[in-house]
Amino acid sequence: MSQRIHVQTEINGEAQDFLCDPRESLLDVLRNTMGLTGAKEGCRNGNCGACNVIMDGILVNSCLVLAVEAEGSSITTVEGINTPVGLHLIQQKYMDHAALQCGICTLGLIVATKALLDHNPAPTEHDVRLWLAGNLCRCTGYDKIVRAVLDAAEAMRENV
Amino acid sequence: MTEKTPTLDTASESKYRIIGKRVDRYDAADKVTGQAVYGADVHPSNLLYGKVLRSPHAHARILSIDTSAAEALEGVHAVITGADLPSVSDRIVDLGETATSLRYQSDNILAKDKALYFGHAIAAVSATQPYIAEEAVSLIKVEYEILPPVLDVRKAMRPDSTLLHDDIFTDELGQKSTQASNVASHIRHAQGDVEAGFRQADVIIEHEFETTMVHQGYIEPHNATAIYNPSGQITIWCSTQGSFGVRSQTSDVLDVPISSVHVIPTEIGGGFGGKNSIYLEPLAVLLSKKSNNRPVKLTMTRAESLAATGPTSGSYIRVKLGADANGHLTAAKLYLAYEAGAFPGSPVGSAAGSMISEYRISNVLIDGYDVVVNKPRTEAYRAPGTSNAVFAVETVVDELCEKLGMDPIAFRLLNAAKEGDRRPDGPTHPRIGFIETLQAAQSHDHYQTPLDGKYRGRGVACGYWGNWGGRSSVSASMNADGTISLITGSIDLSGTRTTTAMQLAETLGIDLEDIVPQVADTNSVSNTEGTYGSRTTFATGWAAHKLGCKLIDAVKERAALLWDIPVDTVDYEDGCIFSKANRLTFKDISKYLDETGGPLMVSATSFEGGHGPSATTHIVDVEVDPDTGKVDILRYTAIQDVGKAIHPDFVEGQIQGGVVQGIGWALNEGYFYNDEGQLLNANFLDYRMPTFLDVPMIEAVLVEVSNPRHPYGVRGVGEVPIVPPPAAVANAIHDAIGVRLTALPMSPARVLEAVWEQTPSAYLG
Ligand code: FES
Ligand code: FES
Repeated sequence: MSQRIHVQTEINGEAQDFLCDPRESLLDVLRNTMGLTGAKEGCRNGNCGACNVIMDGILVNSCLVLAVEAEGSSITTVEGINTPVGLHLIQQKYMDHAALQCGICTLGLIVATKALLDHNPAPTEHDVRLWLAGNLCRCTGYDKIVRAVLDAAEAMRENV
Repeated sequence: MTEKTPTLDTASESKYRIIGKRVDRYDAADKVTGQAVYGADVHPSNLLYGKVLRSPHAHARILSIDTSAAEALEGVHAVITGADLPSVSDRIVDLGETATSLRYQSDNILAKDKALYFGHAIAAVSATQPYIAEEAVSLIKVEYEILPPVLDVRKAMRPDSTLLHDDIFTDELGQKSTQASNVASHIRHAQGDVEAGFRQADVIIEHEFETTMVHQGYIEPHNATAIYNPSGQITIWCSTQGSFGVRSQTSDVLDVPISSVHVIPTEIGGGFGGKNSIYLEPLAVLLSKKSNNRPVKLTMTRAESLAATGPTSGSYIRVKLGADANGHLTAAKLYLAYEAGAFPGSPVGSAAGSMISEYRISNVLIDGYDVVVNKPRTEAYRAPGTSNAVFAVETVVDELCEKLGMDPIAFRLLNAAKEGDRRPDGPTHPRIGFIETLQAAQSHDHYQTPLDGKYRGRGVACGYWGNWGGRSSVSASMNADGTISLITGSIDLSGTRTTTAMQLAETLGIDLEDIVPQVADTNSVSNTEGTYGSRTTFATGWAAHKLGCKLIDAVKERAALLWDIPVDTVDYEDGCIFSKANRLTFKDISKYLDETGGPLMVSATSFEGGHGPSATTHIVDVEVDPDTGKVDILRYTAIQDVGKAIHPDFVEGQIQGGVVQGIGWALNEGYFYNDEGQLLNANFLDYRMPTFLDVPMIEAVLVEVSNPRHPYGVRGVGEVPIVPPPAAVANAIHDAIGVRLTALPMSPARVLEAVWEQTPSAYLG
């Protein structure tokens, strides 16, 4: 058996370490080793965004990150998005706008939306569509998601 | 960004308290926080991971399989091949929306003598880690004798074609032929005298069309986790549209009693028809059995999902329509050859029943052929088989309108079917709202607003789909506080826990918050068909209504005991039980359960006819880039008769999602095979589904023509939205650049070729 590697990270604000095989992706370790199954696998090659996490402030497809690359980094998964007092406004707006059907794309989308709004608090419809173009959703036709994101942006601007 | 359009309520009901309201969805919070458990998230103790070895050849005889090196790899627990599956009979098994022979079902799950498509499962492995299982399958040595692949539906039909199976004899209009063939069956619907109909016509248009296979494209690939325990009891967790279907199919394929199979459905990441049939479940069970009864999880990669599950048929279609000078359709002659994939069972039958059913035509002849080819076995996909057929029909209708100089909606209004008219395949239409959708389209702002600009065009197309009812089961238990636990067997793909609870709350006259809905496993509720055929809100909702009526009877009986009066002097209205002298709320009865007989539990089932067909009219504006051939969707409006929209957000979502899938089918999606039959685009970069950037807002207009045969007027809504888009887009492209495209997808390359053909000088720049 190949040599397993010890990796130290911070996940959702808590220090975490794990052992992994060099060929394992961050997605596999999050799901299979850490039990954080909020990141989903839709394609395993960077085409769908279902596995999105934020790594050191940057939105990444965790299926394309080797687990060993996470050494020393800080990772936010969808499980780390909600606030101590409850749902994040982004999550609330997805619910209010019925912006999910099956929900498998939703977790990655919520992470991607968080990264968008951290980076651009006042996006236009086009900005939203461009930023989220790496996240496939097969159920909704995107309409209600775009509305939810624009509404979340507005609500978050009012909140600060 | 367009504003939300209000519901056009032709049924005029504001009589409901809960139905029709945009209430919170019961399972939404778990689905935005990551707590909802999907199939691949299941992790029983002592879990092993599986992997499937798949054929790199489209058509090959399997001469030998050597699994010794895989078995010797450290961490590997078991290897199985086709020889591990029991041999099964030829009886027909139900796959939900389709059916197949049990032997074909078994052969699709693991190839026995022959690999019949690129990606056909050959063997499977269990190991301690997914990457060890992956390494192990690469060590399995298979010796193949490569056979010529049969890839083209028309060539496959020729008597001299290479055969996939030597035991398929064409079912020729009910008669078995004597010579083996790739044509599994030929069906026909005939009405009137089609040749006489064409003689009455002043304009006749005929075209040939070709379409390629497309995939349902759910974002969650197939998965299954199973335990075969030492006493032979089987537990399966999986993402499926129907847990009872998984139970019966698995018991059939493994030849074990149905009672030994316990299916626990998880949340499901999309299905669209593609998650009715089983693929991985028997493999996970057999691997578990051979791995010392440890649980085994199998998940497909995206490439496996595209190459080996799902798609719907590619097709060759001929459409000939005639109309008189006044615009009345006089005759229709339709020819459909559908790729079934490696085993019989294409949706050619449902296509024939719905492709032209929204029109009144006296003279119709439809011939349909179900043809096997060396491609994956097709599965249902949203209004199975109909979008490609309607692409053909509605393109020809558009050309008829052009030749007659008629407005496309006026032409359709003239020919629209209504209640009492006969469909070409026999049944008579119940109350349908096709005319209402046309009228709403005609007066809609989108149709009324002129479209300006070079290379811009507008297209209209319509669609029809029969929908389905089927079997559903629900039960209710009253909790100590008077709330109700509602159990349903219906898998919730997009909010049906909530729409089922809404119908129960409406019947009972109680608050929705007082009902807690839950999807149950196969041991906890009775038989319930899968969530397909646009049936769940209709049929499971109907069961919930019956459940409510039974609960009302039950609480009246309890109150009669409590008040010591005859039960026929007890009444129920608006959530209250009362007699002349007494009054209790529905919830209050919970305080008196013990003194009136103990716990209160009621169940109900439905197996009704009366599912109302859906009709729809779509309008689309496009812009064609003459240099690249790329087509942009500028505006899209889908107007649909939805019966009664129980939850308008969810109905709009079904329409918007179906339209965008249809746009993908129209413009980009399609399977590309090389001459050897290997799928060249088995990933989401090359199998190009619409992204956020590819589509505008999709306006869904809900026309409510209540279904008189359902307690709340529901008719299915989920499937018909995918029917018109390819045709609507094709008609818009014609309006934009004057070119009729007759093949799907209408990719940039195809559009550009058509432009060059029409104007060779364009090619020269
Ligand atoms: S699973 Fe990572 S992008 Fe699809
Ligand atoms: S909600 Fe199903 S894929 Fe987006």
